[in-house]
Amino acid sequence: MANTRDWLLDDSPTSLLQANLGRSYRVTLALLRNPLAVVGAIIIFGLIIAAVFAPWIAPYSPIGQNLSQRLLPPSAEHWMGTDELGRDIYSRVIYGSQITLTIVLLVAVIAAPLGLMVGAISGYFGGWVDRVLMGVTDVFLSMPKLILALAFVAALGPGINNAIIAIAITTWPSYARIARAETMTIRNAEFISAVQLQGASPLRIILRHVLPLCTSSMIIRVTLDMAGIILTAAGLGFLGLGAQPPLPEWGAMISRGRSFILDQWWVATMPGFAIIIVSLGFCFLGDGLRDVLDPKQGEGK
Amino acid sequence: MSSPLLDVQNLRVSFPSPKGPVEVVKGISFTLGRERLGIVGESGSGKSMTGRSILKLIRSPGKVTADRMTFDGIDLLSQSEKQMRAIRGARISMVMQDPKFSLNPVMTVGEQIAEALVTHAKLPRREINDRVLSMLEAVRINDPARVAKLYPHEVSGGMGQRVMIAMMLIPEPDLLIADEPTSALDVSVQAQVLDIIDDLVVTKGMGLILISHDLNLVSHYCDRILVMNSGQVVEECIASELSQAKHPYTRGLLAAMPRIDETRDELPVLDRTAWAGT
Amino acid sequence: MSAISLSDLDISYGETQVTHGITLDVAEGESFALVGESGSGKSTVLRAIAGLAPDWTGKISVLGKARSHGVDRQVSRQCQMVFQDPYGSLHPRKTIDAILSEPLAIHGLGNRGPRVEAMLAAVGLDRRFRFRFPHQLSGGQRQRVAIARALMLEPKVMLLDEPTSALDVSVQAEILNLLKRLRREQGLTYLVVTHNLPVVAFLCDRLAVMRHGRVVEIASAEQLKTGKLVAPYSLELLAASGAQVVPT
Repeated sequence: MANTRDWLLDDSPTSLLQANLGRSYRVTLALLRNPLAVVGAIIIFGLIIAAVFAPWIAPYSPIGQNLSQRLLPPSAEHWMGTDELGRDIYSRVIYGSQITLTIVLLVAVIAAPLGLMVGAISGYFGGWVDRVLMGVTDVFLSMPKLILALAFVAALGPGINNAIIAIAITTWPSYARIARAETMTIRNAEFISAVQLQGASPLRIILRHVLPLCTSSMIIRVTLDMAGIILTAAGLGFLGLGAQPPLPEWGAMISRGRSFILDQWWVATMPGFAIIIVSLGFCFLGDGLRDVLDPKQGEGK
Repeated sequence: MSSPLLDVQNLRVSFPSPKGPVEVVKGISFTLGRERLGIVGESGSGKSMTGRSILKLIRSPGKVTADRMTFDGIDLLSQSEKQMRAIRGARISMVMQDPKFSLNPVMTVGEQIAEALVTHAKLPRREINDRVLSMLEAVRINDPARVAKLYPHEVSGGMGQRVMIAMMLIPEPDLLIADEPTSALDVSVQAQVLDIIDDLVVTKGMGLILISHDLNLVSHYCDRILVMNSGQVVEECIASELSQAKHPYTRGLLAAMPRIDETRDELPVLDRTAWAGT
Repeated sequence: MSAISLSDLDISYGETQVTHGITLDVAEGESFALVGESGSGKSTVLRAIAGLAPDWTGKISVLGKARSHGVDRQVSRQCQMVFQDPYGSLHPRKTIDAILSEPLAIHGLGNRGPRVEAMLAAVGLDRRFRFRFPHQLSGGQRQRVAIARALMLEPKVMLLDEPTSALDVSVQAEILNLLKRLRREQGLTYLVVTHNLPVVAFLCDRLAVMRHGRVVEIASAEQLKTGKLVAPYSLELLAASGAQVVPT
């Protein structure tokens, strides 16, 4: 253990792998010193565990109906009670984590690289390229997120895939803005001039020299945005435009529970808690990452 | 020089690090009368920290300790932050390296100089104005009335630094600490600015601590020189006798500088291991 | 054949014209200095030769070939630049190894590992620095890396933009010695921009004094050392640095 640690923290690494692992290790150590970030990481870890092992964790089927056990309050048998069709809410919340995680990951995978590329190209080249790309970005930015997502889903038809596309379309513009601002400060740095002088192509400079410097602020931003993405997905689900029944999507579950909110409060509240906790987890983790990764604070020295 | 203006004994500045506290100033002592003292050293020698600790400008978590640190009979170590504010500017002033970062960008030059004065003395508006203009004149600004109305971005680097000096000297302090006052300026402007500082310090009988990395410059403008290396004073000498310095570090620094009439094929390089630990 | 030849060079940044009719010739193997104060346009000349200030009229040739306005892959094999600030000129997230291999990768040159190690040795850096990040190096070590990076493509002409003005005196001496040795060993041509006349006296054979975007005098280093410059402004500069020489 001590050997591994020394190897990781070695001031004179002997290979690229050791250098990179050493840096990641330092970042992790710094992150572990921040209690809120640790709480956030545990929550996200829990979400991933729940999603991956849902069939083993959940005591009941998420869609199996049992009309004799409708709207039962939380008990030892049904930890979070049952809903109006007699389905176990605890199991549905566990399975719902799969849907939430899928949405969050796919949105991040679509929107972040798209935003990064558009922003970096726009910021690096400037001039008319910048004006055109930023014009498009501004059009998307100028519309409220949920309304835009609603319009897309209404056009494409309700469903979880369309919801993911709609959310991704509404999130990339803010990433493009950030990436552009960062690129514009990096573009004039002397280390970029140096690779230009070596004859590197613009694509190479953007991909290999500019983007690595934008990624840390992008990771922070995406993590912080996760909460918003989850809420937008839940909002679409609540309006009936996201995941369709009988999928156990948390927003849709709240929407169904709305009719019984006064007498059977657990039906709407339990998925609500899940949304809040996961959103908070992403926020904590994002804040922690910002403290550790922010290049302005000298990278965990 | 019966009782010194500034008396510092065993000054230490340390910063915490994961591997325990790191001392950047390791027990330095000096006294200063109404004279010009130069502190020279390379980056990391602790020269700037020394200057800042006299004004208690070391930010937490940095820690300053000393056996004695008195200024004109006042024990600086026991002064509260509020008492220090009354001393800073009024009795001890500091000129920093780059005027771009030290001047407030949204106030005119004249307003800023006036503010430095009003903070420490209540005066009628008219007299303030007169003193600001005469101060600008003292730092050899040709058209003080016009310059007083300019904003910091409208003046050149050299003029900005002269404005800083005017601001620092208008409350008539007893001690001026100049930390690399000219490193951001062109060579020809450097000499001008230092001549102004020198002139004002001599005519007003102030004490001056000139902190710089430039041995020649310090030897030219000071009476006495402290040479610092890694937090310690390695040599103290009369400025005019710098060329006869004894310590290998000082000699090494002097030799490492190229000269205008250079004939050496290779510059001697400091052997850093030679005095590590001294 | 001259290494660098400028004739009637007018460089502009946007609306403002920075230099006016610069004409000079740097012979192959020569070390030539451009001196002047800030705003004299000396760095701009260097950037135009490198291709970083593309807005100019006149003629620039490098090793006998007229150069285009932008960055040019052919020129990049012959002519490289070292920047003033060793803290800003190295990519903060790349190891020294990655920084030095990049020029080889761009030009599709193989055998990268041994070349990087050989270059580290040539600039006097221990091989244990190879996989460090720039923030783990001191200013002088970073400047050595920057010089190594410029030399990776084995150029004949080096453009040096205030290569030592951000460094301490003792480190400056080390870098100046290194530059002098490299030039001797590899037969390089230097074009050095600096405001420090003693550095010129040590490193260069000839110098051009610039003011307000014009060359006011071209003189030999010998003239500089003996104070036999002609133009009044050159003498002014000389006096400003001469005033600081310790009387010995």
